[in-house]
Amino acid sequence: MDRTILGLLAILAAFLAGSLLLPSWAVSLATVALAKALVILGLLVLLRAGLVPFGQALFFALGAYGAGMALREAGSGDVVAGLFAGTAAAASAAVLLGFLMARYREIFFAMLSLAFSMLLYGLLVKNAALGGTDGFNVPAPTFLGWAPSPATARRVLLAVAAALAIGCHAAIHVYLRSTMGRLATAIRDNEIRVEYLGASVQRAIHVKFAIAGTLAGMGGVLTAFSAGHIDPGMSYWTASGEFVFVTVMGGAGSVLAPIAGSFLFEIVRTYAVEYAPQAWQAVVGAVLLVIILVLPGGLWSLFQRRRGTQPP
Amino acid sequence: MTALLSAAGLNKSFGAVVAARDVHVDVAAGETIGVIGANGAGKTTFVNMVTGYLKPTSGTIRFAGEDVTRLPPRAIVRRGIGRSFQIPQVFGTMTAVENVLVALGVADARGLSPWRPFARPDVVGHARATLERFGIAAHGDSEARLLPQGVRKLLDVAIATVRRPRLLLLDEPTSGISAEEKFAVMETLMQALRAGQVTVLFVEHDMQIVGRYAGRVIAFYDGTVIADGPPDRVLDDADVRRHVIGEAHGRARP
Amino acid sequence: MIWTAILIDGVVYAAWLFIVALGLTLVFGVMKILNVAHGAFYAIGAYAAASLIGVWFAGDRPLVGGYVLLVVASLAVGLVMGTLLERGVLRLVYGRDEVVAALATYAVFLILEDFILLVWGTDPYFAGEPATALGADDWFGLAVSNYDLLLVAVAAVVGLLLWLGLNRTRTGKLLLAVIHDREMSAAFGIDVTLMFTMTFVLGAFLGALGGALTAPKISVAPGIGVEVIVLAFAVVVIGGMGSIPGAVVGALIVGLARAAAVLLLPSVELFVVYAVMTLVLAFRPYGLFARAQARRI
Repeated sequence: MDRTILGLLAILAAFLAGSLLLPSWAVSLATVALAKALVILGLLVLLRAGLVPFGQALFFALGAYGAGMALREAGSGDVVAGLFAGTAAAASAAVLLGFLMARYREIFFAMLSLAFSMLLYGLLVKNAALGGTDGFNVPAPTFLGWAPSPATARRVLLAVAAALAIGCHAAIHVYLRSTMGRLATAIRDNEIRVEYLGASVQRAIHVKFAIAGTLAGMGGVLTAFSAGHIDPGMSYWTASGEFVFVTVMGGAGSVLAPIAGSFLFEIVRTYAVEYAPQAWQAVVGAVLLVIILVLPGGLWSLFQRRRGTQPP
Repeated sequence: MTALLSAAGLNKSFGAVVAARDVHVDVAAGETIGVIGANGAGKTTFVNMVTGYLKPTSGTIRFAGEDVTRLPPRAIVRRGIGRSFQIPQVFGTMTAVENVLVALGVADARGLSPWRPFARPDVVGHARATLERFGIAAHGDSEARLLPQGVRKLLDVAIATVRRPRLLLLDEPTSGISAEEKFAVMETLMQALRAGQVTVLFVEHDMQIVGRYAGRVIAFYDGTVIADGPPDRVLDDADVRRHVIGEAHGRARP
Repeated sequence: MIWTAILIDGVVYAAWLFIVALGLTLVFGVMKILNVAHGAFYAIGAYAAASLIGVWFAGDRPLVGGYVLLVVASLAVGLVMGTLLERGVLRLVYGRDEVVAALATYAVFLILEDFILLVWGTDPYFAGEPATALGADDWFGLAVSNYDLLLVAVAAVVGLLLWLGLNRTRTGKLLLAVIHDREMSAAFGIDVTLMFTMTFVLGAFLGALGGALTAPKISVAPGIGVEVIVLAFAVVVIGGMGSIPGAVVGALIVGLARAAAVLLLPSVELFVVYAVMTLVLAFRPYGLFARAQARRI
């Protein structure tokens, strides 16, 4: 079996153990990191094709609000139902918007995506029924009728998040090695040639956009459960900027990069907010700047010998 | 004889600039056609219209009896027309083998797979064999953007043949290649293509290459066809000598 | 009546947006860099102006000095921050992908946000004197702040000066040449590097000026740069990235749309701005005043 899959399995085992052993603050941190790793995994799929959306928070927020609204309606806190509702909301939006987005490239792709995310933000902040700028609370997680104590529920949530996130990472790993997945590099390099080989570039990008949106939605649902709260800030451009930042920081070299990047980011954030609350954005900015200038391939490129020789 | 390709009355204008006027070209299966003409005479415009990159302002293009005039490039490619480009259109950050693998994956009759590995051993073997036919197997593991121009040109044609097109349009296959290498490149190309029994239409500035490889020559001038026939007749045609060979390539015929 | 109010509010809002977006679109037009840090220039301009005005009016000094200080503050910010950024960071990303360049400016934006907190802290600043001193007059039965009218006048003058500068001076014409075709301009011996620095400093100045002029009207607090930058993006995208007439039209569209929403249907205030942005992108991806470039094969 290939090394990436083995690595993912090891990470899954570590998380499952962690869900039992970690102190409670670390449980939340790990859950959020995994949730955001899903968003970043989706961005990686797009980044491979040279596409960088500046509004991926749209799907993150749609996932969270989709789950939150459905659960509020049903008066339940069921994680499985929430995952279905939120992911479905984000996925359908991604499929729908994909028809338009797939025709855009570069800065125009980035800007249209930003516009969509800000549209949602504009709707959410003024919607009194959804709590406006304050948002609303998500009920304590339950699992298919099982309602453990809140402390236990958080641990179970981490285990669920780990299983889901690792599963998705493995699936995307297989996808990225496939013909369809590798078409991303071809599209980034030369769209005209892709068309002249007989493939539809738009369709390929549409599929990637749908995948990315679905993953972001799933990440949004998990974040909502972990934080116990949803607000319009999830759709704001700064949230999108942060996702792009972590994606670029990790690099597009491997599906392990989103997990590593997301963790590193959450840990640095937690400590920085604790010890240097007034300088933590500056630290993040400086790191981003250094990576852009020194490591165009992201942190992951440190582990690679050379492009093109990565194990298939 | 039914024509494999039949272009009738093609016109194309960009605003006030007329790039093609009333172009008629019929191609029979098995031909090897050289297209000549000065820069801006409408050669590439013709190739771009046949392959769907440009839509003609008026006129029709039929391929194997089917009207393909309004089809997008990928649909035309799927029907059996391939092309190469003046500036080679390859995947720069991928290796030569990977370039062919993309072509093979896209051509796969089972469709683009979201899970079958891109580089399966059997397909990689097939890809290397393709490069071998074009004499560039030694460059298989180099990134395409780092390859010499001649190799990139051959790679450009090689990936266009993966789908086994019935008609292949080569836009200046030897441009940007040094005079010494031109014949070697063309020789390799034509051998590989003849082995696949492809009908070939190539745009070329070098009259010696046209004279050696073309079975029929079409001369363009000012957006239209001014001569069409056997090489010796077309290349000796007074209009052709004045408008095509005289203008840009007097030195090519000693 | 309400339509008059929409028109007046919309134009005032547009004037403010225009000054901010002008710098953004100019920098994009010349350098092909979408400068996220523009929001920080705006915020620093506002803070610098608020601080200076606070000091000035602490003593019993003449009113007119306050207005001079607004401009001085933005000039200083533009010169210092603009030069520093262009020389220190941006020249390292020239030639890289547009998105990468935008990300680099995003990183700078994050750093500057904390720099602002470090210098000015989290408490809001008020510097209302230049605005309140002018009072308000009655126009068409509406009380209109004279400072707002001044703002519209300033926007018009800035726009006019820039237009004249670009079309009537040698440097301006060279700059237009660079916008039109960078490689060709370099080939003709235009010092593109110098043009870039000048443009960026000018852009930073305009961003800071937008902030400084707004400072008397608002409470200057953390987060103002974050808000303004997306709005300026919307203006620039609607008008066409890099187009100066586009910035005028884009600002007016956004200004009027937002004023209409605020007065008619407040619940869609922000939504309406991005709805316009989305519609323009959907039907004219390159904006109202810019064109696509074909690729040669």
